[in-house]
Amino acid sequence: MVERGKRVGLFVTCLVDLIRPSVGFAAAKLLEDAGCTVDVPLQSCCGQPAFNSGDRQTTRAIAEQVIDAFEGYDYVVAPSGSCTGMLKVHYPELFEGDPNWRARADAFSAKCYELVSFLVDVLRVERVSAHFPGNVTYHDSCSGLRELEVHAQPRRLLGTVQGLTLTEMKDADVCCGFGGTFCVKYPDISNAIVTKKAANVAATGAQTLLAGDLGCLMNMAGKLQREGKAVDVRHVAEVLAGMTSEPPIGGPARGDNL
Amino acid sequence: MTGASTSPQFKDNARKALADVNLQTALKVVEVNFIARRQEVADRLPEFEALRDSARDIKNHTLAHLDLYLDAYEQRVTAQGGKVHYAVDADEACRIALEICRKLDARTVTKGKSMIGEEIGINAFLEANGITPVETDLGEYIIQIRNELPSHIIAPAVHLTKAQVEADFRRVHTHLPADRNMVEPETMLAEARAVLREKFLAADVGITGANFLIAETGSSIIVTNEGNGDLTQTLPKAHIVLASIEKLVPTLEDSAQMLRVLARSATGQEMSVYTTISTGPRRMQDLDGPGEYHVIILDNGRSAMLGGQFREMLRCIRCGACMNHCPVYHAVGGHAYGWVYPGPMGAVLTPSLIGLDKAGNLPNASTFCGRCEEVCPVRIPLPKLMRHWREREFERHLSPATVRAGLRFWSFFARRPRLYSFVTEIAARALTFFGHSRGRFGWLPLAGGWTKHREFPSPQGRTFQSQWKNRTR
Repeated sequence: MVERGKRVGLFVTCLVDLIRPSVGFAAAKLLEDAGCTVDVPLQSCCGQPAFNSGDRQTTRAIAEQVIDAFEGYDYVVAPSGSCTGMLKVHYPELFEGDPNWRARADAFSAKCYELVSFLVDVLRVERVSAHFPGNVTYHDSCSGLRELEVHAQPRRLLGTVQGLTLTEMKDADVCCGFGGTFCVKYPDISNAIVTKKAANVAATGAQTLLAGDLGCLMNMAGKLQREGKAVDVRHVAEVLAGMTSEPPIGGPARGDNL
Repeated sequence: MTGASTSPQFKDNARKALADVNLQTALKVVEVNFIARRQEVADRLPEFEALRDSARDIKNHTLAHLDLYLDAYEQRVTAQGGKVHYAVDADEACRIALEICRKLDARTVTKGKSMIGEEIGINAFLEANGITPVETDLGEYIIQIRNELPSHIIAPAVHLTKAQVEADFRRVHTHLPADRNMVEPETMLAEARAVLREKFLAADVGITGANFLIAETGSSIIVTNEGNGDLTQTLPKAHIVLASIEKLVPTLEDSAQMLRVLARSATGQEMSVYTTISTGPRRMQDLDGPGEYHVIILDNGRSAMLGGQFREMLRCIRCGACMNHCPVYHAVGGHAYGWVYPGPMGAVLTPSLIGLDKAGNLPNASTFCGRCEEVCPVRIPLPKLMRHWREREFERHLSPATVRAGLRFWSFFARRPRLYSFVTEIAARALTFFGHSRGRFGWLPLAGGWTKHREFPSPQGRTFQSQWKNRTR
C-alpha cells in the first residue's frame, strides 16, 4: 500500500495535450482520488517519433529533458502504454555505455507507470465510483500489452463501473495499424489493418470503444467515422473517472448543429 | 546469382497486393490457421516458454563459438566420407553445386525445400547451365511451375487459392485427362506425387536444405511434412546439402531441443511428419543412400553480422512464426517484400544480405506491434533490430528528404518545451476553431496520409498544459 500524498508527475503525452485534454484531467482525477498529489511539469513529447525514425541524437536530447523535468517525483504516470513504454523500457537503452545517464535513466524508468496499471498494481485501487451505462469493447494497444503487460488491469476496473457491460471483440490484442509515423508513411497498409479492426469493433455491437492510447484511439475512431459506423470512441481513463460529458473522440460539439 | 529484388518498390508492391483479390483470400489462411494452431500446441506444453529460453541459449552459445563448431562439424563430415564446401557468396555456392553436378553428368536435379537455394538462386543457375531442377515440396513445386518466388519461408505457395493451383495443374499436366476431378486438396497432392515420382527416379543429384547441422555427429537435419526430402536425398547418386553458417548446433541433444520449438512455432505441430537426419554418404552395409554427400555452407554476409548489432538475427531457425503473426504480412503477403525473406525476419535479414539502400523500406514497414518478438521461438528482438536499421538509414541519410525535414521541424520544437507549448496552444486553438462543431476533419493540409483513409479529430479547445495552469493558479 502506497502512503497517501505520493507526488506524481503526470506525463500527459503530446497527443492528449493537443487533441484531448479531457484525458489528462481524467487521469489527474483518478490519481487524486487514489490519494496522490498530481503535478504537471512543462513537457513536450517522449521522443518516440524520433526514436522510431532512427534519430538517436534527438531522442536522447528529449529523453534527457524529460528525465530532468520528472526525476524528482515519486512516480511518473502517463495515460498511454506507448509513451510509458518509451520512458520505462527504451530510455535506459538510449544511455547504454554512459554510466551517469544510464543510472539516472534506470532510476527514472523504475518510477514510470502506465496510468491504469499504476492504479491497480501500485496504488491497489480495486474499484472506481463511475457510472457509464451501455455496452463497451476494449482494444489492447500493443506497447501497453507487450512491453508493460497491461491487460487485466483496465478490464478489472471497468468491471466496477456501474451500468457498464464489456463485450470482448475478436483479436482485441492485434495491432490497429496506427504505429506512429507508420500510418502516414504506409497509409494503405495501415488502412488495411485498421479496416479489420473497425470490423471487429463493429461486430461486437458495442456502443463505445475504449483503449488506453490516444494514437490508436484516433486511428480507430477516424476509421469508424469514415465508414459511418456509429461507435463512440473514448480513452478508458475518461470512463473510469466518470468524466464523459465531453463528446467522444471526433464527435460533434454538443448542442451544435452540424 | 542472388535473384533480382523488388524490395525498393515495396510501396508499389504493397498497393498491388492490397488490390489482389485472390491474394487477400489466400492470406486469410495465415491469419486464421497458423496462429490458432501455434497457440493451442504451446498451451499444451507447460515447458514451452522454458524451451524457448533454452533454444535461444543454445543458439547464442553456438554463435559465440561458431569457428570451433564449424571446424568440428567439418571434421566429422569428412571422417564419414562426406565433403564440406565453404561459399563466400551466392555465386560461389552455385558454382560449387554446378561442379558437383557436372562431375556426375547430371541432367536432372531433384530439390527439397531450401531457403538457401532461393537465396542463391540455384534453380535459375542450374537451368542456365543445362541442368533441370525439379522442386519436390508441393508448395515449391507449385511456385516453380508458376515461375514465382516463395511468399512465405515455410509455406511457399500460401499466397495462392486452391482454384489457382488447380488451374496451374490443368495447364501444366497436359498428359492427364482434362475432365479429371480435382475438388479436394488431396487429389491435387496425389497428382503432384504421381508426376514427381518419375522425377525422383530420374534424378542424378538431390539437393536439400538443412534445418540444423550438428557439430557432434557431422549430421544435417531436415524436417518436412511430405517425405519428399527423403526421396530427394536417398535416391540420386549425390546428395548436396545447402546450408548457411548459422545452422550449426553443438550436439544431437541440442538439435532435439530446437526441434521441440521449431514445429510448434511453425505449423503448430508437435513434430513435423518427417524428421530426417543424414550423416555422410551411403556406407558399405547400407541398403540405399547417395554415393556422395556434399555440404555447401554459405556465408553471404552472415559472418559480418556476427560481430555487429544484428548478430541476434543469426539465431533465426526459419519457423515463420513472426510473419504468421505480423499484421503487415497479413495485409500484403510475402511477395511485396520483394526478395527471398518476407515478414519481420526478412525486414531484419534482407538489408544485411542485399543492402539497406535496396531494402530500406522493409524495416520501416512495421507498426512495432511486437507480436513477432512475442512468438519468436529463439526470442529475437525483431522490432529493436528493425529500429537499428532505421538508425543506420538515418545516419547514412538514406531516409526520404521529406521525412528528414519533417523530423527536423518537429524536433526543433520538441526540444524546446516552452516554445513547443506556445506553438501547440496556437495550433490547438486554430484547429478547434475550424473543426470543433463537426468534431473532426475529413481533410487537413499535410495530413493526406491520414485523411485519405480516416477522419482526424478536432482538438477540444486549449491544450491540456495551458488549461492545467489555470486550474492550479
